[in-house]
Amino acid sequence: MKGIAHVYKKDDINTDEIIPARYLTSDKEEELAKQVMEDLDVNFVKKVKKGDFIVAKENFGCGSSREHAIWALRGSGVRAVIANSFARIFYRNAINNGFLAIECKDIAKKVNDKDELEIEVKSGKIKNLTKKEEYNFTPLPKFAVELMEAGGLLNYIEEAKK
Amino acid sequence: MGMTITEKILAKHSGKDSVKPGELINADIDLIMCHDVTTTPAIDMLEKKSMDKVFDPEKVVVTPDHFVPNKDIKSAEMVARIRRWAKKHKIKKFYDIGKHGVCHAILPEQGHVTPGSTIIAGDSHTCTHGALGAFSTGVGSTDVAAALYSGKLWFKVPETIKFVINGKMPKGVYSKDIILKIISDIGVDGALYKAMEFSGSTIKDLSVEARMTITNMAIEAGGKSGIIEPDEKTIEYVKSRTKEKFEIVKSDEDANYEKIIKYDASKFEPMVAFPDLPSNGKAIKEAEKANIKVDQAYLGSCTNGRIEDLRIAAKILKGHKVKEGTRMLIVPATTDVWNQAMGEGLFKIFSEAGAAISTPTCGACLGGHMGILAKGERCISTTNRNFVGRMGSPESEVYLASPAVVAASAIEGKIADPRRYL
Repeated sequence: MKGIAHVYKKDDINTDEIIPARYLTSDKEEELAKQVMEDLDVNFVKKVKKGDFIVAKENFGCGSSREHAIWALRGSGVRAVIANSFARIFYRNAINNGFLAIECKDIAKKVNDKDELEIEVKSGKIKNLTKKEEYNFTPLPKFAVELMEAGGLLNYIEEAKK
Repeated sequence: MGMTITEKILAKHSGKDSVKPGELINADIDLIMCHDVTTTPAIDMLEKKSMDKVFDPEKVVVTPDHFVPNKDIKSAEMVARIRRWAKKHKIKKFYDIGKHGVCHAILPEQGHVTPGSTIIAGDSHTCTHGALGAFSTGVGSTDVAAALYSGKLWFKVPETIKFVINGKMPKGVYSKDIILKIISDIGVDGALYKAMEFSGSTIKDLSVEARMTITNMAIEAGGKSGIIEPDEKTIEYVKSRTKEKFEIVKSDEDANYEKIIKYDASKFEPMVAFPDLPSNGKAIKEAEKANIKVDQAYLGSCTNGRIEDLRIAAKILKGHKVKEGTRMLIVPATTDVWNQAMGEGLFKIFSEAGAAISTPTCGACLGGHMGILAKGERCISTTNRNFVGRMGSPESEVYLASPAVVAASAIEGKIADPRRYL
């Protein structure tokens, strides 16, 4: 998968910044997407295109447990978030939704805003097509891959019952 | 090798003799708490997949609280939907208006939390209930759906960091100051994915409710859970609220900890966490030097909206007035707390001081309603998060502190040391 990177050289980007609580009366991806990242970068909605990536530093998605953060990102077209590390509930929600959250060391230092990236999930590689560089990431845990292949946690449970 | 309290609870609930950190388990869930914001998506998911069932209605507690009493038509629709769903599935433990309150204050108060149990909810501050010796953690809506349907949930067994806090706390220092100090020391990701176990003589000396303030904020250090071994106080607290049987689980002497961090409580001071992270803590002397004028003082939330918190604030506010130009909001966390505060005459003190008293709600803590901040405004608050835009405008500021600091700051109209009033 190929896309443009939106780089935020910032730690602790929290779920209040990703989707402020004032918009939580909706759980529709397309509605939430209109306000995604609003309190961090009001221009994000204008910039983001389908298939893009967000690149950040440590502890991405900290704060509230709202799964709306994943839905808002996905609704806006974001295909994956690549960060040094993720907050636990955000990471869990990503796995449960089959949304890509990739842990890659120092990624925000290596990638510039607007670089074009290509992610190879199975081999654990990120190619920077703009800078002609390649970075490795820790492949997803086996359980996460299984959930993703099933299309999320509920599908996985449904299949297990059969 | 022995196990920690967290490992023991998770082993027992996944049918194993022992578990190790990093191990993936599927654990039985004893209690699922559902609130207005994260439950409707879970109901949607289950209905769409024809998985619309609840594994055991007795193990579900519903507490609409975030935008309650309904702040607008959309939030009214959400709660109406949850009411219909609960009725359909015969969920009786439903805390509707009249019995309502902030979920994490209601759960232990009404006897739904028992030591040794597993609790999940679609709310990050679910870690609060570890104060009673339960494994309790916040999850997303998909997890809530999965647990409602199957009664089970997957977990990676966390490593545990042990915090040993000994000694007598100085006057004017409360459990909120302990946790703000810890988060400031280890950072907002200092306990990422980990269980935080709090122990030592200082913790034992705290009331059960004061302990909840500490475990409540484990998530603010990235923790998966916060936990305190049950003692006589816990047992008394729980037994006075429920007839349910429970098992006391404690950590083994030779349990393995990722880290042990020790504190001398006699050195603690009142703390204030500056914007925009709970880890930006400063001791009150330094905070006062910054001369921070406050437009609003907020007392409430699952962190500090219990009766003890209101009593502390009342003690400080008695005979004083909230400074002209500062608004003070008092939000008792539950209906029982509200009634108790009224019975004890605390409302008269608050009202005479010029503070406004609200019905229980999560309200302004998360920027929902009932006390939203305008651009450029500052709030000193007993809540747990001071992220950008948390209580309103992205250009407002939130400072976190104990009920004592909030009350003293309301009197002076700027961040103030409560020890002058004690």
